[in-house]
Amino acid sequence: MRIYLDHNATTPAAPAVVNRMTAVLRDTWGNASSVHHFGQQAKAVLDEARSAVATLIGAAPSEVVFTGGGTEGDNLAIRGAAEARQAAGRTHLITTGLEHEAVLTTMQALARRGFTLTLLPVDARGLVDPDSLAEAITDRTALVSIMHANNEIGTIQPIAALAAIARAHGALFHTDAVQSAGKIPVDVEALGIDLLSISGHKFYGPKGAGALWIRRGVRIAPALTGGRQERGRRAGTENVPALAGLGVAAALARQSLAGTAPRLAALRDRLERGILDGVPGTEVNGATDPRVPNTTNISVDRVEAESLLIALDLEGIAVSSGSACSSGTLEPSHVLKAMGLPHPRTLNSLRFSLGAGNTEAEIDHVIEVLPALVAKLRSLAGVAYR
Amino acid sequence: MRIVVAMSGGVDSSVAAALLAEQGHDVIGVSMQLYPSTSSGRDPSTGSGHAHASAGHATSTSAGHAASVASQGFGTCCTIDDLNDARRVATALGIPHYILNFERQFDEQVMSNFVSEYVGGRTPIPCAHCNSDVKFASLLTRARGFEADVLATGHYARVEADGGRYRLRRGLDPGKDQSYFLFSLTQAQLARAAFPVGHLDKDTVRAHAHRLGLAVADKPDSQEICFVPDGDYAAFVERRAGDAARPGAIVDDAGTTLGTHGGVHRFTVGQRKGLGLSAGVPLYVVGIDAARGEVTVGPRAALERVSLTASGVNWISGAAPAGWRPVTAQIRHRHRPAAARVRAGDEGRAELEFDAPQTAITPGQAVVFYDGDEVVGGGWID
Repeated sequence: MRIYLDHNATTPAAPAVVNRMTAVLRDTWGNASSVHHFGQQAKAVLDEARSAVATLIGAAPSEVVFTGGGTEGDNLAIRGAAEARQAAGRTHLITTGLEHEAVLTTMQALARRGFTLTLLPVDARGLVDPDSLAEAITDRTALVSIMHANNEIGTIQPIAALAAIARAHGALFHTDAVQSAGKIPVDVEALGIDLLSISGHKFYGPKGAGALWIRRGVRIAPALTGGRQERGRRAGTENVPALAGLGVAAALARQSLAGTAPRLAALRDRLERGILDGVPGTEVNGATDPRVPNTTNISVDRVEAESLLIALDLEGIAVSSGSACSSGTLEPSHVLKAMGLPHPRTLNSLRFSLGAGNTEAEIDHVIEVLPALVAKLRSLAGVAYR
Repeated sequence: MRIVVAMSGGVDSSVAAALLAEQGHDVIGVSMQLYPSTSSGRDPSTGSGHAHASAGHATSTSAGHAASVASQGFGTCCTIDDLNDARRVATALGIPHYILNFERQFDEQVMSNFVSEYVGGRTPIPCAHCNSDVKFASLLTRARGFEADVLATGHYARVEADGGRYRLRRGLDPGKDQSYFLFSLTQAQLARAAFPVGHLDKDTVRAHAHRLGLAVADKPDSQEICFVPDGDYAAFVERRAGDAARPGAIVDDAGTTLGTHGGVHRFTVGQRKGLGLSAGVPLYVVGIDAARGEVTVGPRAALERVSLTASGVNWISGAAPAGWRPVTAQIRHRHRPAAARVRAGDEGRAELEFDAPQTAITPGQAVVFYDGDEVVGGGWID
């Protein structure tokens, strides 16, 4: 038996997604830019998918640009907005230390090319204080990018309050909603933002398919140039089957969200309580509220997360330490570091992220096996062989 | 039995893993990431402008480093390419594979020592430290955390149980034997060590790799210290210890200054090349005084010594011999074992007397004591 508790890394494609993608790949293979019947069929598939994505986030279909995923959406939003606004003398960028590498690294790349960059502080709960944005922002600020829900700890930022500050200063506001879309309601109007990126494979869609929502009237420069696809904002023949899958996943997410979220929250809370009660020296990292319902990040005192992660995998339980993009190397989580957690705690934290397929029996199994694994690893910590 | 195999991405550890898997063991492959993974470890900013220490090893009488590391066969583990090779082998074998981060331990236990030894005028063997202080220490502990009974590596050496004690013996392939680098393993470490290719010769190992269709079957043996892939030890030392490049004098045994040098870390006892001297007879480094920054040179005959002392001595059996014990001793990896007698001293020290003088006994290298093909113990040459 294998238990998958790493849904913030990726999710299995929903059966309806697989069916739709298979059918489109086989039957609707036209180029969506073509004039003829085959092109029209493919275009219709894209239209349907675009509508489903727009509906998921409360937007108009014409505002949705398809991308190759979350990282591409973040790049397009940030590079595109920075380039578009540079001419007007807006050369200041603002983000936070909590962001996904797709945002952080992109911002840093721009900072090496003449933009100034402000990293807003994050409190120990993993939240950004709108007052700090109000202090940092200027009339030269081009773009503020702050993620909606954090991938490692799941905390949800006060995006509406932050975006209002950006708007008051004429700055664009982008949010990386890769970890919130499909998990909690996301409404671009309620958030009051300009740009929002999502990724299909985080909510039971395919990898390599995502979207950037661009508020009507907001101009950004394209990151990929070429043909006129996606209204000139993302050149290249559309990946029609994957985007069809993205559309199905978006529709499913919208339908199931109200029912799934409370169920996942209950399972997550059961897991969290079970670990805190069953394993001494454990603590939850980050604010437990507001937080996406499927995520908990727990530090286990005196155990390296790397070892515990492998020990769990050998027991058939898949979790993560930090974000998948930085695993393979044991860098302390930059998110926990940004929150000011002490060094050991940034190295001994595990992320459990639940999904639609998880059952109470699975959660109880994890709660049952974890204490002995931790005790074993602790007994070996510092064992001297010399 | 659950066995963790340290997989470097080379053919030896790949075959080690394969043989254990074939025997039906529950094999878990692990690879150690030892330094930041963003490049292969090469620093393109460093050229080869230094007449560095390793240049001197090309002589037939050369001591130490280049010779000792040239053929140990696990030098370039842990570049990204090697980690990928290990992963591909693990996939082919159908075993799980994990990359473990040992950057901190490797830096503290191996690279720092490497630098301080060179700065101190000695010629270190990082691979021996890596074995005893990282692989069979931190990695073994990790393996136990995964409920593994044994840690296996691709070393050419043999460990044999003998009535509750463990013997360490040379690998059967005399050209590949790596027991020299394992002298400091304790009984507790040996109890959990396995060397699945130690009873094979290299050709057989490669034949196994071909039989199993492993992609690394023809991968060449590594020739370098893994964290100095360009072989420029001096430049590495200077990058890590900015004050290492202190010029000093090259003198003869009478104290006459013959020339100057750019830092004692560029030299090793026995070195002939790179001295920048023109003398009537070939001159060799016969001594290095780091405190005075002085490198002493002399004719080849001046390299000969009949005795040495060693520190940090490990006796494989766990007990030091009483009185003088006859052994054969190796003062570097490629040294022909020479008859000697050894006696334990206080505080992990030992003194050793050869039957006949030996050339270029190099401080910082290991002296390993053998009884036939069995390792009796060893230590670091003072």
